Amino acid sequence: MTGSIELTLGPLFFNWPVQTLADFYARIADESVIDRVYVGEVVCGKRSPLLEATLVDAAERLERAGKTVVWSTLCSPTNKRERNATAALSTFDSEIEVNDVGALAARNGKAFTAGPMLNIYNETALAALQDEGCIRWCPPVEMSLDAIRAVHAARPDILIELFGFGRLPLAHSGRCYHARFHGLNKDSCRYFCEEDPDGKTVSTVDGAAFLAFNGLQTLSDGVHLATTPSFDLRRAGIAAVRLSPHTVDMVRVAAVFRSFLDDQIAPPELKDALTADVLDRPVVNGYLGARPGMEWSTQ
Amino acid sequence: MQPSPFELVAPAGTPATLKAAVRAGADTVYCGLRDETNARNFPGLNFSEAELGDAVEFAHAFGARVIVAINTFAAAGHTGPWKNAVRCAREAGADAIVAADIGVLDHAAERYPDLRLHLSVQAAAGTAEAVEFYARRFGVKRVVLPRILSIPEIGTLAAEVNVEIEAFAFGGLCVMTEGRCHLSSFVTGRSPNLSGVCSPAEAVSYTRDAEYKSARLSGLTIQCETHSKPIGYPTLCKGKFSAGGKTAHLFEDPVSLNTLDVLPELADAGVTALKIEGRQRGKAYVERVTREFRNAIDQLQTGDGNRLSQAAALDDMTEGHRSTTGAYRKTWR
Repeated sequence: MTGSIELTLGPLFFNWPVQTLADFYARIADESVIDRVYVGEVVCGKRSPLLEATLVDAAERLERAGKTVVWSTLCSPTNKRERNATAALSTFDSEIEVNDVGALAARNGKAFTAGPMLNIYNETALAALQDEGCIRWCPPVEMSLDAIRAVHAARPDILIELFGFGRLPLAHSGRCYHARFHGLNKDSCRYFCEEDPDGKTVSTVDGAAFLAFNGLQTLSDGVHLATTPSFDLRRAGIAAVRLSPHTVDMVRVAAVFRSFLDDQIAPPELKDALTADVLDRPVVNGYLGARPGMEWSTQ
Repeated sequence: MQPSPFELVAPAGTPATLKAAVRAGADTVYCGLRDETNARNFPGLNFSEAELGDAVEFAHAFGARVIVAINTFAAAGHTGPWKNAVRCAREAGADAIVAADIGVLDHAAERYPDLRLHLSVQAAAGTAEAVEFYARRFGVKRVVLPRILSIPEIGTLAAEVNVEIEAFAFGGLCVMTEGRCHLSSFVTGRSPNLSGVCSPAEAVSYTRDAEYKSARLSGLTIQCETHSKPIGYPTLCKGKFSAGGKTAHLFEDPVSLNTLDVLPELADAGVTALKIEGRQRGKAYVERVTREFRNAIDQLQTGDGNRLSQAAALDDMTEGHRSTTGAYRKTWR
């Protein structure tokens, strides 16, 4: 495979105030080298009604700036309103990102990306989804690059997008941990998740930070950083690398990744450029080498 | 007499436990093959192909059914063991398989169209739309619900789908949506979805100093107590952690699910099968819990029995002697 590896921006996991959200996507539209942007609330359906108008405006602005915009579905719709929102996205003619199997019910073969929270781990499952309209696959974050390459060998016609930057989305729950932390429950929550725009760090009792929670979601504390050179990424069938939004300078992150994927800088330089003044968390990448995800390896 | 409100589905990690569960009144027993194709891939557990055949024969002789759990996700480029597990289940005469992976379901539906398919809790199908997709695409006949739905939500879902509803009734409680949790592989390299294990024993170590004892996972302290208090197994989501200056069980307390007190509500909501968690549990545990639920279901059927005392009847079988009705009550989440 030849050609430039595409750079994408995944859906925002966190609960940012609407003005922050609007400003963020405006900057991505106007200043970033990102090719494709996923928008839409994927973590908590209670946030969606507050964000919808802002996201619609952001999507228009991104498209005017020449970005491909893909709407992402909630990863676990529960009540009627959330199910209706998912069903409405399912009927879109343009490509969507599916994060829950329920979104396939009304898709009727129209194109979609299988999101990382959809459990597609092998070529047989991917082939079955291809029949349903899947054209692109963002593998679950715990898959190794070797495993992804094995799927690519069997299904070379599917575009593969690798989760390449950000706190790893590790788990989803029916329970809200921000609410629990504040002695509340999900239904009575007071949107305390807004206080932690990158998630709330969780440490062991002896002070080792390793996880973070964000409402219903649990993430890694460390920032996953795919420092695999583009030659090896292409061999594994990777056509795009996904950056997950954080409060750090994402325009800068994208620019550094662009240089890296175009072979202008080497893996250590990618890491150094981001750890020097962009990130305030440790970096991890163990999953790509079939190791525990919290480990870091220079490969 | 009323028809029985529930099919009682009991776990079996070994042939001896399977026999005990059948004798204790299980309508159905579920078990797995001795490899990574099932979500309780622990040393010393599970069935060989020959043992599975014998188990089905034994269960059928007692009028009980056997479900084979093939509920992990097949490995990329290495799906053979999962396809082989489906073949084994079929040839052993199992009454159904319970699977989560779209790849496994697709293979089973195509290769063995008359093999009954149940959708595992690991598939995390929590809406009517998701359940209907699996029913339409693969002919799934029953869904095991993720433990994130309240009883009214189960009622809504059950009314909208055309498949049987199985719900967890007792045992270990995943606080994360089953099948949507990589915490274990993040810390240890092995996960429920890919390896059929969570917080595996090989990553566990115990340490003690003058004041405290700790249970660790890959070196991370998950449980830590003074010597006078008991210390639990270091399952990641049940640990005591710190955030924002506060130390607590941030995700879940060490408790077990116990639904003995809400059985009539589950029946009204449309649940037709009750599942007891615990293929890793010993024979005595499975026997006792199965018998208690058999009695409770029979009492529901005949309309007698003192329901108020029932949940307490299994207190000594729960984690830390504490139980919860979990997400079945909305306040849990």
